Amino acid sequence: MPKDAPTPTAPLDLFAIDALLDAEEIAIRDAVRRFCDDHVRPHIADWYEKGAVPARDLAKQLAGIGLLGMHLEGYGCAGTDATSYGLACLELEAADSGIRSLVSVQGSLAMYAVYRFGSEEQKQEWLPKMAAGEAIGCFGLTEADFGSDPGGIRTRAVRYGADWVLNGTKTWITNGSIADVAVVWARTDDGIRGFVVPTDTRGFSAAEIRRKLSLRASVTSELVLDNVRLPAAAMLPAARGLAAPLTCLSEARFGIVFGSLGAARDCLETTIEYARTRRVFDKSLAAYQLTQAKLADMTLELGKGMLLALHLGRLKDAGKIRPEQVSLGKLNNTRVAIAIARECRTILAANGITMDYPVLRHANNLESVLTYEGTSEVHQLIIGQALTGESAFR
Amino acid sequence: MKIVVCAKYVPDATGDRKFNADNTVDRVGVDGVLSELDEYAVEEALQIRDATDGEVVVVTVGPEVARAAVLKSLQMGADSGVHVLDEAIHGSDSAATSLILARAVERQRPDLVLCGMASTDGGMSVVPAMLAERLGLPQVTFASEVVVEDTTVRIRRDGDAATEVIEATTPLILSVTDQCNEPRYPSFKGIMAAKKKPVETLTLGDLGIAADQVGLDAAWTRVDGFTERLPKSAGTVVTDDNGSGADQLVSFLVSQKFV
Repeated sequence: MPKDAPTPTAPLDLFAIDALLDAEEIAIRDAVRRFCDDHVRPHIADWYEKGAVPARDLAKQLAGIGLLGMHLEGYGCAGTDATSYGLACLELEAADSGIRSLVSVQGSLAMYAVYRFGSEEQKQEWLPKMAAGEAIGCFGLTEADFGSDPGGIRTRAVRYGADWVLNGTKTWITNGSIADVAVVWARTDDGIRGFVVPTDTRGFSAAEIRRKLSLRASVTSELVLDNVRLPAAAMLPAARGLAAPLTCLSEARFGIVFGSLGAARDCLETTIEYARTRRVFDKSLAAYQLTQAKLADMTLELGKGMLLALHLGRLKDAGKIRPEQVSLGKLNNTRVAIAIARECRTILAANGITMDYPVLRHANNLESVLTYEGTSEVHQLIIGQALTGESAFR
Repeated sequence: MKIVVCAKYVPDATGDRKFNADNTVDRVGVDGVLSELDEYAVEEALQIRDATDGEVVVVTVGPEVARAAVLKSLQMGADSGVHVLDEAIHGSDSAATSLILARAVERQRPDLVLCGMASTDGGMSVVPAMLAERLGLPQVTFASEVVVEDTTVRIRRDGDAATEVIEATTPLILSVTDQCNEPRYPSFKGIMAAKKKPVETLTLGDLGIAADQVGLDAAWTRVDGFTERLPKSAGTVVTDDNGSGADQLVSFLVSQKFV
């Protein structure tokens, strides 16, 4: 590289993204980035390889800066805006999608369900502990045969005097086997209702799902509810019907709109650095036109996705976002993120398949991110319904 | 206990650093941060405050952008800030900086003044001593551990040959090393609370300092010139496919006069 070559610009700096953020948002982003540099990045390849993450210890550390339930008000939560939450998700996922998943499930699914639909007693009991990382939560909606079709879930809650008795099985539950509390959705005579289930309740068990090739630095579990008897006060009073859990999922999806771009950014930055230092024939890989074409195209997609994410963040903070708009973001940004991760891998070639670089780890994680919290196909149908007024889900 | 921390805004060591035409460091046109070594002083102050039910005031001297050093300290948990901002300050050396700091600090009537062990740009480590001289206060520098009990402060200093423990009484000036604590990350609550915390902006006039007492013209020393360090060149990779690697390595070490 010639001595007077201009200093390279980072992909998102080319879009002057910082100009769209206020000082507080930048401070929050920087705090999460530094946290990940210190506490996640040095260990993540090991955690991923072993398929074991010290989630409970990590949760306490994440809570230390206020990451758990950060966008909720009161109950020990930081009370940031939604855009800041998105930026935090982006930085977490730049380290690893599994770590972002831990935070998403705790804050946007488990805590949010209690925050939005719970009784004051439920909020007082669980939210402060969950914000402090002393209690881990999980969210039990999906079942083996009911992923995109949660309306069909078979887990049942039946009245037994004043109590409820729950029976059923949930699967693909992030944080399930380390959780202290599970928000479980079950069919009742009154439609789908949510229950706050302490995981030490008799009849509740959780087994970790092993042999995963994606999200290996994240705990994924199956929950079994075998005659789990709960007091009437365990029901989430304000959650009636499928709309309640879907509202929670929309919260988590919002985090993925930003988060997925974090993984893509990490791949792209890694790849640019690699291409600049890797010599092929007699010059750096970065000096080849084919490499530059790939880098330019990936940067365009990353930047456009970021502008979309920030636009959706501002809409959410204004209280104007619609679920189908979150679908736009989730569909586009997970799609471009996985495409970027795969394209980056072609530039790193064989090195790209190792754990010495984050690229294939991110790509493999994004396989899950592409389909969880609503598959790409479901989001296409949500958008299609918004455009045509026709429901084509079944 | 009232604690004042002197905090410096410095160019970010991970970014590009530049000089102005007058050979001073460009603090405005480059990314800057609270000097990393001052974070230890802020952290120590916060810990002492929390143990003694006190108050932490952060003082910085510098251009408009230097306010970021105060803000970062407030995000970490300091209670209020003072920013001395005056165009005439540009180019001040450590002697002038210590004069400005002394006037700003004495208004606070602190029990304890904490500084980092050095700035990450100038790296002179002399401001705490100069400040002590100007304020007529005792100073202990390079503290690796600070224990406060009422008005008694016990300080551990780790030297090359021995460790010494020094006892002093407040009011007192301390500089702390990067061994004395682990600076906290600003929490989200801290970040959001910071913008509501008071920051007082003072001019040289407010401190009773004349413009010709500070700045480039009043400096006791002058930077005549600078040369930027050459960028790191790519290393040499020794390929060992015939067992000659050790010989090549030894030849390299000899050629560089390392052995």
